[in-house]
Amino acid sequence: MRLSREDVLHVAWLARLELDDAEVERFTWELNQILEHMEKLKELDVTDVEPTSHVIPITNVFREDEVEKPLPREEVLANAPDATEDAFRVPRIVEES
Amino acid sequence: MEFEPVIGLEVHAELLTKSKMFCGCPTKFGAPPNTQTCPVCLGFPGVLPVVNKKAIEYVLKVAIALNCRINRHTIFERKNYYYPDLPKAYQISQKRLPLGYDGWLEIEVDGEIRHIGIADVHIEEDTGKLIHGEEGGFEFSLIDYNRSGIPLVEIVTKPEIRSLKELEEFMVALRQLLLYLEVSDCKMEQGSLRFEASVSLRPKGSSELGTRVEIKNLNSFKAVLGAVEAEIKRQQQLLMRGEKIQQQTMLWNEKLRITEPMRTKETAHDYRYFPEPDIPPIVITDEWLENVGKNLPEFPKQRMQRFVEQYGLPIQDAKLLTASKASADFFERCVSMLQQPKTVANWMLTEIQSLLHDDQIGWEDCPLKPEQLAGMLKLLNDGVISGRIAKSVLEEMYRTGKDAQTIVNEMGLVQITDEAQLRPIVDRVIAENPDAVEKFRKGDEKVLGFFVGQVMRATKGRANPQIVNKLVRELLKGR
Repeated sequence: MRLSREDVLHVAWLARLELDDAEVERFTWELNQILEHMEKLKELDVTDVEPTSHVIPITNVFREDEVEKPLPREEVLANAPDATEDAFRVPRIVEES
Repeated sequence: MEFEPVIGLEVHAELLTKSKMFCGCPTKFGAPPNTQTCPVCLGFPGVLPVVNKKAIEYVLKVAIALNCRINRHTIFERKNYYYPDLPKAYQISQKRLPLGYDGWLEIEVDGEIRHIGIADVHIEEDTGKLIHGEEGGFEFSLIDYNRSGIPLVEIVTKPEIRSLKELEEFMVALRQLLLYLEVSDCKMEQGSLRFEASVSLRPKGSSELGTRVEIKNLNSFKAVLGAVEAEIKRQQQLLMRGEKIQQQTMLWNEKLRITEPMRTKETAHDYRYFPEPDIPPIVITDEWLENVGKNLPEFPKQRMQRFVEQYGLPIQDAKLLTASKASADFFERCVSMLQQPKTVANWMLTEIQSLLHDDQIGWEDCPLKPEQLAGMLKLLNDGVISGRIAKSVLEEMYRTGKDAQTIVNEMGLVQITDEAQLRPIVDRVIAENPDAVEKFRKGDEKVLGFFVGQVMRATKGRANPQIVNKLVRELLKGR
């Protein structure tokens, strides 16, 4: 499968990245290189290999249900580009559901 | 042509953990905006989520109680979407390996038992809350991240609900189960229990599924039932006119009682799920699973049957008492102190129920304690107070939290059983009502009740009715 220019633009939009024409061209080529490599990996016989989601062999890392002190609100809002006294403020976005 | 609705539900319930899913922030409802957050639930770069073990156990409980199969090896995944209610631009959820899958919940409609299939029971984090506003043409959203990162259990049914009645029974049974498991407070007015419904129609008898429409943000049973009913009607009308149903997401307009398309950009979902690299896989060991299974409470139906057998209650009473875990616990605690199950049940289902009803609260929030009821009933048994006084004592206990004995002492409500004290009152009442005395002389026994009533009134209900009865007879005959 080959990625088209439109695919790249779509992926860029999902990540809210703005690409110029030269970048679109470059990423189309690079992403296709990656996919081709994946195709090559597919040639391996993995019939007896368990699927892996994580590469480090640890499981069950938990915390107990204990409350810790939250951040003071002034600090929480300090770096926000826009805020009211008690909340973050952002331009309203129509939800893409 | 006759159509049959096919209804599915997606249920989100906030879990009752003290701290959030991946950090130690508190989960209390109603705190001032943005006072229960930290770098983890605000999605700062470089932070690491660590899973709250209790949240996993709560969802395991739900999965087992819903007769699900359990994925013994499970992972979290990232659901990517760009919207300000998620500071990370992804939600940590589960997709391919939910904790539970392929289960069912039993419901009863018109005496018929049905199993509604459960497709999926998984865990995920809640999002922040947005409040939309507008000022001088600028449309903005205010964000409160207190809710961000609170653990949720999401329960997805198979599209197997066939009527509004089944829908209602399912919601009631599911809420009851979650309350029995004590994993969620299920307070819909606070958003701890939320529903989304999907509705499609098909010709009756067909096994194919029609185009489904989703209805989002339903936060009461009434909203779910109203929205689904309206949506069924809307689709029916379209199909009768030979039009096609469009796959879309709707919102419920409570005022107009119609479903309306949501204001959205028409792009398909593209969540690009992938395994959450920051959280190692979770393995549910035999021992863990067994432990959780062993500590499940008795379920509503079993408890109801036991109430009938053990306490000799009528089925209807047992059903009402076990409708919530709180009322069933109240009952058993009270009966353990006073072995009169029927009396306790009667007081609970009449007097206390009506006090709760007036205050619009459930048994979970009942201010009266079983110890108080037992104490009052003992005073009644011992003849310290009369039945009429008992009701006022109950209400006073409910309002003040004091015990029955204290109230009786303070308000001077002790029953009068002393004949010497009652005799002059009876005498006076007889003297004041010569007409009634005349009737009695002519053989009208019914006026006895009138005299007893007058004496009770004169003593503000404190007189012992049996003794009054005896005295009235005696003194009337002596005339």
